[in-house]
Amino acid sequence: MKSRWLILVLIVLAIALPWFFYDWGHHRHAGFLLSMLSQMGMMVILALSYNMLLGQAGLFSLCHATFFGIGGYAAIHLLNAAGTGDLPFPMEVMPLLAGLAGLALAILFGAMATKQRATAFAMITLGIGELMATAALMFHHFFGGEGGVTTNRMIENSLFGLTYSSGLQVYYLILAWTTLAAVLMYYLTLTPLGRMANATRDNFERAQFIGYDPRIVRFLQFALSGFFAGIGGGLYAITYEIVTFDALAAPLSANALLMAYIGGTTVFGGPILGAILITLLQSGVSLLSNSWLVYVGVMFIAMVIFAPTGLAGIVKAHGPIKHAGRMGSLLVPYLRLVIPSLGLLLGFIGLVELMSFLTIGAAQGKKLVLFGGSIDVNATLPWAISLGSFLLGGLWLRFEAAGFHRVWENLSAEVRR
Amino acid sequence: MTSSIRRLCFAFVALSSAMAFQPALAEDTIKIGYVDPFSGPFASGGDEFLKVFGYILQKVNADGGALGKKFELVPFDDKLQPAEALIALKSITDQNIPFVMQCTGSNVGAALLDGVSKHNARNPDNRVLYLNCGALATELTNEKCDFWQFRFAGNVEMRAAARIKALPKDLKKVYLLNQDYLFGQSVQHDTRKWLEKLRPDIQVVGDELMPFGKVQDFSSYVAKIKASGAQSVLTGNYNRDLNLLIKAAVDDGINIRFDTYLAHLIGGPTAIGAAGENRLTTISEFGPNVAVELKKPEAEAFASGWRANHDTDFSEINFLTMLQMLSKAIDKAGSTDALKVALALEDAKATDMVGFPVQMRKEDHQLLMPFYAVSFSRDVKYDAEKTGFGWKTDFIASTEDLTLPTTCKMKRPAS
Amino acid sequence: METILISVLNGLVYGMLLFMLASGLTLIFSMMGVLNFAHASIYMLGAYLAFTVSRFVGFFPALIIAPILCGLIGAAIEIWGLRRVHHNGHIAELLFTFGLVFIIQRLVQMTWGMLPMAYRVPPSLDFPLFVLYGANFPAYRGFMLLVSAAMLLGTWLLLKKTRIGLIIQAALTHPHMVSSLGHNVPRVFTTVFAGGCLLAGLAGVIGGNYQTTEPGMAESMGPIVFVVVVFGGLGSLAGCFIASVVMGMIQTFAVVIDYSVADLLRPMGVMLTGDTLLTEVLTVPVARIGALLPFVMMVTILFFRPRGLMGTRDT
Repeated sequence: MKSRWLILVLIVLAIALPWFFYDWGHHRHAGFLLSMLSQMGMMVILALSYNMLLGQAGLFSLCHATFFGIGGYAAIHLLNAAGTGDLPFPMEVMPLLAGLAGLALAILFGAMATKQRATAFAMITLGIGELMATAALMFHHFFGGEGGVTTNRMIENSLFGLTYSSGLQVYYLILAWTTLAAVLMYYLTLTPLGRMANATRDNFERAQFIGYDPRIVRFLQFALSGFFAGIGGGLYAITYEIVTFDALAAPLSANALLMAYIGGTTVFGGPILGAILITLLQSGVSLLSNSWLVYVGVMFIAMVIFAPTGLAGIVKAHGPIKHAGRMGSLLVPYLRLVIPSLGLLLGFIGLVELMSFLTIGAAQGKKLVLFGGSIDVNATLPWAISLGSFLLGGLWLRFEAAGFHRVWENLSAEVRR
Repeated sequence: MTSSIRRLCFAFVALSSAMAFQPALAEDTIKIGYVDPFSGPFASGGDEFLKVFGYILQKVNADGGALGKKFELVPFDDKLQPAEALIALKSITDQNIPFVMQCTGSNVGAALLDGVSKHNARNPDNRVLYLNCGALATELTNEKCDFWQFRFAGNVEMRAAARIKALPKDLKKVYLLNQDYLFGQSVQHDTRKWLEKLRPDIQVVGDELMPFGKVQDFSSYVAKIKASGAQSVLTGNYNRDLNLLIKAAVDDGINIRFDTYLAHLIGGPTAIGAAGENRLTTISEFGPNVAVELKKPEAEAFASGWRANHDTDFSEINFLTMLQMLSKAIDKAGSTDALKVALALEDAKATDMVGFPVQMRKEDHQLLMPFYAVSFSRDVKYDAEKTGFGWKTDFIASTEDLTLPTTCKMKRPAS
Repeated sequence: METILISVLNGLVYGMLLFMLASGLTLIFSMMGVLNFAHASIYMLGAYLAFTVSRFVGFFPALIIAPILCGLIGAAIEIWGLRRVHHNGHIAELLFTFGLVFIIQRLVQMTWGMLPMAYRVPPSLDFPLFVLYGANFPAYRGFMLLVSAAMLLGTWLLLKKTRIGLIIQAALTHPHMVSSLGHNVPRVFTTVFAGGCLLAGLAGVIGGNYQTTEPGMAESMGPIVFVVVVFGGLGSLAGCFIASVVMGMIQTFAVVIDYSVADLLRPMGVMLTGDTLLTEVLTVPVARIGALLPFVMMVTILFFRPRGLMGTRDT
């Protein structure tokens, strides 16, 4: 029951968040924050719907953005039709219609792809994704080519009389749909379909023996996840009022995978964490550093080596210890990890930024501003400090991590008893 | 467990808001938000332009900037993704930066054009001007034209007109090969249109679109071109798609011209090298040899000043013109208010660094500017990218030559 | 006729380059189950390293040194990276190689810059080998064929005639059985991964100046190599070879075909007019979608035969 309260608190927080950052000087909302929160909302839907495949059904798809994108294109065309008054649908149901477009396409492709499993499935989806992305560049009638299709979201047809001129109204629409989609996807995991999807993931043959056709189960799961991805795409169209082929291209499919995996595929809420984190990295950190791809890469590698269950997996691992009321004994070991990790992290960031500025940034005539101060890239001192901090932090962390591991093992053993 | 999730979420949100609220910088500069790709596979363009702007700003700021203030670029990485560019636009308007500039990609250009237009309609107190310095699709100043966009780069149709005018008189058969996306299709369309208009004697023996960036071996295209009997390949291809095409042609030993639109883009001369000698031509905004040939020592000094510290050539004369015209318009408007500056920019006339007149046309906000048809030759003062070959001017398409009709029906703001 | 002969030769050159990349990936994929996304990045590294090395010691020593460097990098990746991820499952391994792609991309940009390198064919190979119907066949393409044929022979001998080759062959089809027999499977894995990276590096050395050496070259080669591996089938080098050559041929031949579905329909009395989405799709000539055909073929073959062309087990 506690988790219900948590969800309520989170929703209230999400509603209130834009107001914390209201720009009183100019009497307006922080547009960047709203954009980023909106982006997080649709990415949460994308990641959760992707996890219906990866986490719940064990299907490794590489074309999830196709359904997101097609939802986006559908919503754009519907909005244009609604704008001229040809279509009597209010704004609030547009994502649903976009979801239906995603569903239709997912039924078509799902019928082809879900006959196969494992790598064959992954490769079919890779091919489909690639074909759709190229088709979007070639065919202008539906996809608008490279320039994409634009629309105006102020269609003056709303259930609540809203104009959707401000980012705040759009954000609340996204929040509502994200919550609704997340709740639906959660209850879907509790249905026989969701349970059977887990069964086909865990053991294909045994699932067959129960009397279900795993192919049908996988097909339904695939189609439904396409539906939810389409809703996300619809929200994308409403937010940006433009959809280009980027919305269904491979990088977004890869993002869906990364978000779901980083967040944790074994817990329902995991992909939500992943979506928030990756969006922050992509839209936030990339404004601060052009080397953000290195950080993303290193983070993935660190995650798959040290935390294969994702962020949510780490949290979940604390469950038994918390249940036994022994979280307190972990506090000191955790604190002891903080300083060496910070040293390692800051040293690493320093090294990457210094290197990047030495070869690329210096020529761009920029000054390296790191940790609040301007730094001369050619001096030895910053290099020495970064390298020292990196090495010392690394060695120290190794030592501390071994200690932490011992405490953790003892505690887990104790709790199990 | 639950509290840790909450704490995690809160930490993320706090981090994000910290980014949204970068410390307010002192208001002693005029900021321009610069949106282009700075990471990922397309970073080379943004990287080069950032260097060029750094060099240009030195001059513009030394000349006094505008309103006694200096210009300052604030770069935003869009990764060549429209959605990322629109998020960057929000960040720009949050910081009350009145100008957003973008030089790479018509997909991002179309998104920004639309995004800026809607933002200005919905937020009249926080308007922003879109300075387009490189989204070239003709439609951005035709069907899609917008009051809040000013394009300081010749569009595809202007380039096509210059391209066809510069073709040698004895050319009779050409082959059209273009990339299968907005820019390539736009080049294909406008090239055909101007061939019919200006050179009806030229026969188009082949007209083809190829997948953008997907072809690994052009030798079959070369075989096809050869079979068609063409004397020249007219192509809007650039980067990889052009370099591989020319390499394949040289390997084949075929004797054919390459009349291109964008061979002078950075990296092109390096990748093509000797393969392009005396057969490769392109349509360029400027080049150091233009200054030499027209005997403009000042322009030559500016271009060679760039060469002193870089391996590439300075050809982005329109970037300089843009900032000079912008600074004049701001001075005339007396403020950086987007509407006032836009009105001051409309129909503004100026002289570019070489001394040719340029004009910001009021009807479609397209800069009318001259182009130089140049060929890859050993016989020049300044070589390109240390290859030993440089761009020699064959023909100058003047501003009047390139003043083409527009279909723009612009909606102007009421106030 | 002349176009056909030339296209066959060029298709063969491109196909052999593909095979050099794909053979390493097939070995890695069939044995370790790792879909190595970073394989094309190693190809890119091979080209860049060859460019740098050849500036100091010339092209031919670079032809040896750069692939060995790539092999060492591969061994390092396997020992310190993949091996630790292995017990976390295939998707973890795949994400690991995914992370590598980002890192290698940025490292290359930081080390060599963002622009294409002036990595050119060595002068000693820069002449037309023979003339065919008035078209030159460059000596360098002949050299590429030679290198790839030597590589094919070398790999074949290694696999058929040596002990380690026998173990690798066995591990290709029955990985569990091999470890049950007491062989040091991790060491075999390292060898195979390093060997695959070495081949990718070799492909980079001879492909870098055949194409252009630039930070985007990994991205442009990545997907097609996957297609070849999957199309050819798991555990079969022969299938991989056939798939490479077929893909090479298709890509070069599709360009020559200027017909579309609409042209096929016309004799049947179906005329397409107007400006609708359907007309747009049906009037696209094959030449325009040539680069897409491999994906169409892959989806088709997987649909009917999930183990690929000559695969010994389901993928």
